[in-house]
Amino acid sequence: MIVVLFVITFSSALFVGVVHSITEEPIREAALRAETQSIRNVLPEFDATQVEMIRVDEEEVKLTKATKDGKLVGCAVLSVSHSGFGGDVQMMVGYLPDGTIYNINVLSQKETPGLGTHMTDEDNVLLKSFQGHNAGVVNMTVRKDGGDVDALTAATISSRAYCDAVRKSYEAFKLSGVLDTLKSGSALSAGTTSELATE
Amino acid sequence: MSILKDKLLLAWKGVIKENPTFVLVLGMCPTLGTTTSATNGFGMGIATMAVLIMSNMVISLIKNVIPDKVRIPSFIVVIASFVTIIEMLMQAYLPALYASLGVFIPLIVVNCIILGRAEAFASKNGVLDSALDGIGIGVGFTLSLTFIGAVREILGAGAIFGFNLGISSYMPLVLILAPGGFMVLGFAMVLFNKFLKRS
Repeated sequence: MIVVLFVITFSSALFVGVVHSITEEPIREAALRAETQSIRNVLPEFDATQVEMIRVDEEEVKLTKATKDGKLVGCAVLSVSHSGFGGDVQMMVGYLPDGTIYNINVLSQKETPGLGTHMTDEDNVLLKSFQGHNAGVVNMTVRKDGGDVDALTAATISSRAYCDAVRKSYEAFKLSGVLDTLKSGSALSAGTTSELATE
Repeated sequence: MSILKDKLLLAWKGVIKENPTFVLVLGMCPTLGTTTSATNGFGMGIATMAVLIMSNMVISLIKNVIPDKVRIPSFIVVIASFVTIIEMLMQAYLPALYASLGVFIPLIVVNCIILGRAEAFASKNGVLDSALDGIGIGVGFTLSLTFIGAVREILGAGAIFGFNLGISSYMPLVLILAPGGFMVLGFAMVLFNKFLKRS
């Protein structure tokens, strides 16, 4: 009896292990492709990227600087909020070098269907409150809490989580030093092409 | 000719007479949890069917070597292995499908339809019959889940298979939420059994 059970579990484990070793590489590639695709969705056209890990609220946030012909076109920040209604809200936020939010792409969420899930829609009120606005100017809380963001109907908690994730991404963006480079005037002037590496 | 007919009847039984959702009342957890839309219900049904067919076949193959006392752990190990393998293969080669179904896949392990069919059918019948039983029950499960999902999606969100019918603002949202799952399932079960008895 024990021998049979052992043989069954052993061969199952072996089988799963073999499939795992076959699929490990394709799974990594697929995840990477999906991430690259979401970066493309939130930023203007670019041809090269450079990844940085930045600490915000005790967590590592992944920030990708995108350049075209050596000139910075924007930063994509992968940000997570843990205060969603049904779990984590993960999103990719695209910033132009001056801090303007170019686009936001919600990658995963477990909010209430039909209420909080509208945060993934195109042109939803949350996205409209951010898109095209400079993140340094927007007060990133919902109107109920005295901020500038229109909340989704009947989904205030989900909307707060959305704001929280955007806020975290902006913290990371600020810490990346892109804005400081801009302020010193080097990246703005049309003549300079690759002043990115000054810091 | 009559053998072929017998085999077809065997599979057909799972769709109507032994419909897993409305007649056997098995697998209620995934039924209630995943039928928030027709697409989700359909996806869960298909994924379950794939695991069910394979686990039925394997268990029917090894049924004679499994000692009676440890048959349940053996079945679970076989089922869990298949679920893990399907999850990894899907993640590697069908990432788009995995993105929409990924959260449901691990749920299949604890779906009592699969263990139920292993215990009640596959451990007593041949490989071909077990495969046909898997197909029949799988199709029945898929149709039931798609139906419940479609009803909840139409009545709760005013959409079908994600296609917006333009009536969403008049629809009671509660049907998408958990209580709506119980209501639709209950009424569907009543209607199904009424027509089943009549014929």
